[in-house]
Parts: sequence; structure tokens; C-alpha cells
Amino acid sequence: MNTETIHQTVTLRVARHNPEAGETKPHWETYTLTEVNPMDRVLDLLLRVKGEQSGSLAFRKSCAHGICGSDAMQINGRNRLACKTLVRELGNGPITVEPLKGLAVKKDLIVDMDPFFESYKSVMPYQVTTHEPSGRERLQSPEQHAKIDDQSKCIMCAACTTSCPSFWANDQFVGPAAVVQASRFLFDSRDEGNKERLEVLNDYTGVWRCRTVFNCVEACPQGIDITKHIGNVKKAILYGTTDFVPDESHAGHDHPH
Amino acid sequence: MRALRGMYQLKEGQIAYILHRVTGVAVILFLFVHLVENFFLLMGPAAYNAAIGIYDHWWFRLGEFALIAAVVYHSLNGLRIITIDFWQRSTKYHKQMWYAVMALSVVTCAFVAYRMLWLYPGWPWMAHASAGVAP
Ligand code: SF4
Ligand code: FES
Repeated sequence: MNTETIHQTVTLRVARHNPEAGETKPHWETYTLTEVNPMDRVLDLLLRVKGEQSGSLAFRKSCAHGICGSDAMQINGRNRLACKTLVRELGNGPITVEPLKGLAVKKDLIVDMDPFFESYKSVMPYQVTTHEPSGRERLQSPEQHAKIDDQSKCIMCAACTTSCPSFWANDQFVGPAAVVQASRFLFDSRDEGNKERLEVLNDYTGVWRCRTVFNCVEACPQGIDITKHIGNVKKAILYGTTDFVPDESHAGHDHPH
Repeated sequence: MRALRGMYQLKEGQIAYILHRVTGVAVILFLFVHLVENFFLLMGPAAYNAAIGIYDHWWFRLGEFALIAAVVYHSLNGLRIITIDFWQRSTKYHKQMWYAVMALSVVTCAFVAYRMLWLYPGWPWMAHASAGVAP
């Protein structure tokens, strides 16, 4: 194997903030890291800073493989997962890392996710049925599943909601992630909770606050076509039914028609 | 405490949204000017004529052009948003649609600028110019 890898020196700017220590404002700390491999991820850099330079640096991470959704943060002005962002994607300048916008900072890159999960809960993200369980699996055809396939890829990282100007302006807005989750159940052939769910989404703080800015779509690490799902939820409220969504056998992928 | 620090990147969708907001507010503000000026109708012809006298100034001409530009962009981008809301496949092309909106706006405004500004005889640097000449 080729052991000759081009290494580079990277300047990492991190917004540090410790409200518990009485700091009222965040401040920038700059760390210089040598021997960085362009294939390193921003998460690797943060781990190195924590291990080598500043043990008090706080951030969340778990799987390190883009599936747990715990390390969404604003990297070079855009929300991304630190574990899915390679150094070489970010050009040659300094790398800037900040916590997600619009949620209170607990420490450094850790934000208070409670409001985010409250919004999630408000749209009833579980299957609602009216009839007795039959004791058997509830089956779906591939076509039926295609309507919720894209939405079920969501890893609840909050990158979308905290990239949304409507959410920054009003943190009562349920936000794109909650709408994606709502749509995952709204268009589920097995679910019967649409009436209540659509009421929540038709509220003053519901789906109408979407201004089709598309920051969420840019930010989503799962490539979910969020604005499409938001549009379908708007239509479901307008038409009073969810039957209008065409069967898309490749939901979430380009459809050559 | 809410955290808002560095700028979030501005991509097509957000620029489209900011322009939509700014042009929307501009049009509303003009509406107020327009209403106030119409109120002078109640005070007789002399007062009204004095009020609409500002229409004769070259800087008002510029303002009117800006108003039309705002209306043009706001309408075209409005159609883009309606398309996005109602036709689910169009979300993939929202950037292209915005470039189309911008191109159409520029073309329309260029035409309007020709009629309203280029052919306008009332500019202060024009020797024969006197306020109140309209083509
Ligand atoms: S929709 Fe995408 S960005 Fe939003 S929470 Fe789910 S995975 Fe994260
Ligand atoms: S650490 Fe799990 S998604 Fe990044």
C-alpha cells in the first residue's frame, strides 16, 4: 500500500462558549494542526484538538459514521455532520466550526436539543391506528413504502431545522425535521392519525412557516428532498387528504420523466 | 440564550427568499405612499396636484422604476414558489428556476428601463429639461 500521503497543516477555528463558567458570549479559539490527511474528517480534527490541545473542548459524537446524527454542526458556514465532512472538501483556508444556530449553547459545540425534540414529539411521530391489532405484521407493498422511503432515512441530526431562517426567526416553528417525520407517518398506508397530525401542522407554528428557502435541503446529510415533503404536507392540509401523492417507485432519486 | 454568530452561507434559495422579502416590503411601502397621496384628493384639486407633483421629479422616476423592478421579481419568484409548492418534482430544479426568474426579471427590467429611464427627458443634466416633462 502506498504509504506516501500528502499531509497538510490546518487551521481550525472553533466557537468556544461555556455559559456555566459565566461566559456571556462565545469567542473564537484557533488551533493549528499539523500532519492532517486531506481524507481526515472534521470530527478527527476535533478529536485531535481535544486530545492534544484542549481537553475541555465539548462536542457530541457517537457512531462517527454518519448514522447517529449527534455531530451536526456549522462547518464553514453550513450545517454538516463533522464525521461525514472531509478536510479536502473544505478547500485550503481555515476551517470554521460553530454550534448549530437557533438552539441555546450548552457548551462549545453542544446545543440544547430539547426544543428540537419537543417539536418532533408534537407531530405524533408514531403509528396511530383505530382498530384492534390483528396479531400479525402490518404489510406494505413496495409502492406504498416508496411514499415514505425518503423520509425514513432521517437521522434526526437537526442540521435542517437549524439551517432554516424561519426557525431562527421563530423557534416555535416546528421546523423541517419535524415535518419530514410527520410526513413519514402521514403518507404511511398503515397510519390513521392524519387528522390530528395535520391539525398540528396547520397551526400558526406549523408547516406554513416554510418559505421554500431550501437551506434544509442543502444541509441534510441524508440527501432528503425536504422541501418536496413539506410541499406535500401543505397540499395534504389544503386538500384534506394524503391520497394525491403519486407512487414514486424511486422516491428521493432523480426521476427521468 | 440563542446563538447567532458567523454568517450562514447564502445559496440560491436563501438569496431568492431575501430578495422576495425586500421587494415585498418595498411594494407595500409604495402602497402607503400611494394611499397618502390619494388622500389629497379629498382636499381638492389644488392640493392633489401639489401632492402628485413629486411624480414629476427625476428621482421619483428612478423610484418608480425600482418599484416596477420589485413587482416584476416578486411576481416571477412568486410563480416559482407556487410551482415548488404544487408540483413536487420541481423541487429538484429550484435553482434553475431561480436563474430563470432572474434572467426574465433582468430582460423585463431592461425593457422597462429603456422606456422609463432612457427615453426620459427630465434628467437634471439635460439642458432642455424641466421638471414635469414625461415622454
Ligand atoms: S431531515 Fe436530514 S437534516 Fe433534517 S434531521 Fe433528518 S437527517 Fe438531519
Ligand atoms: S457521530 Fe454519528 S452521525 Fe456523526
